[in-house]
Amino acid sequence: MTADHQRSKQWLLTLPSLAWLGVFFVIPCVLVVITAFRPADLQGGIAEGWTWDNIHMLSDPSYVPVLLRTLWLSVATTLLCLALALPMAFQIARVGPRLRQFLLLLVVIPFLSNFLIRVFAWKSLLHPEGPLTKLLISLRLAPEDAILLNNSGPVLLVLVYTQLPFAILPLYAAAEKFDFGLLDAARDLGAGPWRAFSKVFVPGVRRGLISAAIMVLVCSLGQYVIPQMVGGASDEMLGSKIAQRAFADRNLPLASALAAALMLAALVPMLLAAAWQRFGRKEAAS
Amino acid sequence: MDDFLVIDRVSKSFGSLCAVDDVTLSVAQGEAFSLLGPSGCGKTTLLRMIAGFERPDSGRILVGGRDITALPPEQRPVNTVFQNYALFPHLSVWENVAFGLRMSRRPREEIRGGVDRMLELVRLAEHARKRPAQLSGGQKQRVAIARALVNRPLVLLLDEPLAALDLKLRQHMLVELNTIHEQVGTTFIYVTHDQGEAMSLSDRIAVMNAGKVEQVDSPERLYETPRSSFVATFIGDANFFTGTAVELQHEGYVRVMVEGLGSPLVLGNGVVSSNQTLKLMVRPEKISLTLQRPPSGERVNAFRGIVEDFAYFGPHTRYRVRAGEHLIIAQLQRSRFSGGEIDPARGTEVWMTFHPDEARVLKLEDVVS
Repeated sequence: MTADHQRSKQWLLTLPSLAWLGVFFVIPCVLVVITAFRPADLQGGIAEGWTWDNIHMLSDPSYVPVLLRTLWLSVATTLLCLALALPMAFQIARVGPRLRQFLLLLVVIPFLSNFLIRVFAWKSLLHPEGPLTKLLISLRLAPEDAILLNNSGPVLLVLVYTQLPFAILPLYAAAEKFDFGLLDAARDLGAGPWRAFSKVFVPGVRRGLISAAIMVLVCSLGQYVIPQMVGGASDEMLGSKIAQRAFADRNLPLASALAAALMLAALVPMLLAAAWQRFGRKEAAS
Repeated sequence: MDDFLVIDRVSKSFGSLCAVDDVTLSVAQGEAFSLLGPSGCGKTTLLRMIAGFERPDSGRILVGGRDITALPPEQRPVNTVFQNYALFPHLSVWENVAFGLRMSRRPREEIRGGVDRMLELVRLAEHARKRPAQLSGGQKQRVAIARALVNRPLVLLLDEPLAALDLKLRQHMLVELNTIHEQVGTTFIYVTHDQGEAMSLSDRIAVMNAGKVEQVDSPERLYETPRSSFVATFIGDANFFTGTAVELQHEGYVRVMVEGLGSPLVLGNGVVSSNQTLKLMVRPEKISLTLQRPPSGERVNAFRGIVEDFAYFGPHTRYRVRAGEHLIIAQLQRSRFSGGEIDPARGTEVWMTFHPDEARVLKLEDVVS
């Protein structure tokens, strides 16, 4: 009885945010999917009737490498971010409260400046006449004719740079709740520091790992500014294609079809993760 | 006594705070030994140094003749039962117990056999598949013990093993721990602030205070012949009297003049000279109360007092009796009242009696403070 009562109360409390999500997220998503099945008109609008043409266009061989590149760049970004964020979250959660505040501030401080400006800063940093290139050449760490810009390397670098806070914050939230006494227990039972970290800390923050992975993966999948600014002509991601279809070709239905495909690509890992988490919880409770 | 676990002049400071101050201890193989003291006395720091989580500033720690002072925790032949158990929440009971054997890369069959046997020992075989979150406090405790013992440590450290349990369970686990200790025969080191726990669990107890060891002795000797007033008050209750030795008698007895009470005869422990100031200690249950003056004799100390108040506890009743400046606590069992008298009420004049052998002369440097 009370549990039911409590549950209905919880529903009431979440109603505003659910309504918000419904109006500004679910309905637009549905609209995008619907538009994907409409023909385009010549003025850049959406014509009457229904068509499968846009869906067929997706199998255009020119999209396949773009889709694969989007996937590998996003997956690589996710893995690199997790690899970097795990030890950072571990340390931030272990230090004293004052240093912890400071470190967390450092993590979020980049958000105070505009995203485009930060990406542009990387562009000038990596420019052939830029300070980083010159430094590397003068230290003989790079050949004289090194080009750090306009290939997929800098795209990955800047992707990791922009997404790293989104990996650190959920991992930190999980690490903060982690009982570090468990690491003592692991050491006591014969695990070296590394094995204690991998066998006890990493499983201990797996919820945070999943959220961090989803955050980074989903945000990376939709990127189009970064490949455009620091990547080369052959480093386009799916986001760039959507932008081109929408803004250059003014073909909204085709852009919608691409966007729907991307949405699907982002949704599948999320649903998998959610299912896994639910399954894991049931298993733990049984 | 064979020196199996040796703490050799170990000190450890945190900043300006000296947590463990030049402690030397020696524990025999198979012994159940307790580090007892109030919080902040350094017992936990000492335990963490034996486990390897803290490095002593100076001194050595030896197990079975081998110096382990510099070894990291994972290389020590020592395992710990943590105060909050520190069970791995993502692993089942079975996997928790198997953790140590897996870390030392034992063969699969050995792990299976060892874990099953250990779960049998702590009677948790039917819970092997559960997660720690599904266990009761006592079951978690037993998992923690099994997880440590399965590695066959030379020394098992138990940090406040009963603190997280409720009273009923605590009494049950007390018996259980003694049984397990008997069965495995490993050296057990308990850390506890609870004197009752330490008394019933250990062969010997080291009472610690402010980073130093006050006394190491069997529970009985600690209670009956404490060497300092700290030990006397930390283990059990005590009445203290400061007095002057006025008359040395034969067989080591000494008559002590206590201002406002009288001059009881006590056993002097051979360290008393005449006119010396000293401190006496008498346990409350060693004092008996009577309404009539007891028949006087050579070896009887009897003093008059007024019952100020009393509290009935069931097995015993505690009286606070005023005699001049002194407020004396006496603890009696009802059966002691011969002649069927009712309990003395508040304001009743009573006689307090104790035998000279039941009073203790405490460490003399203690009097100075």
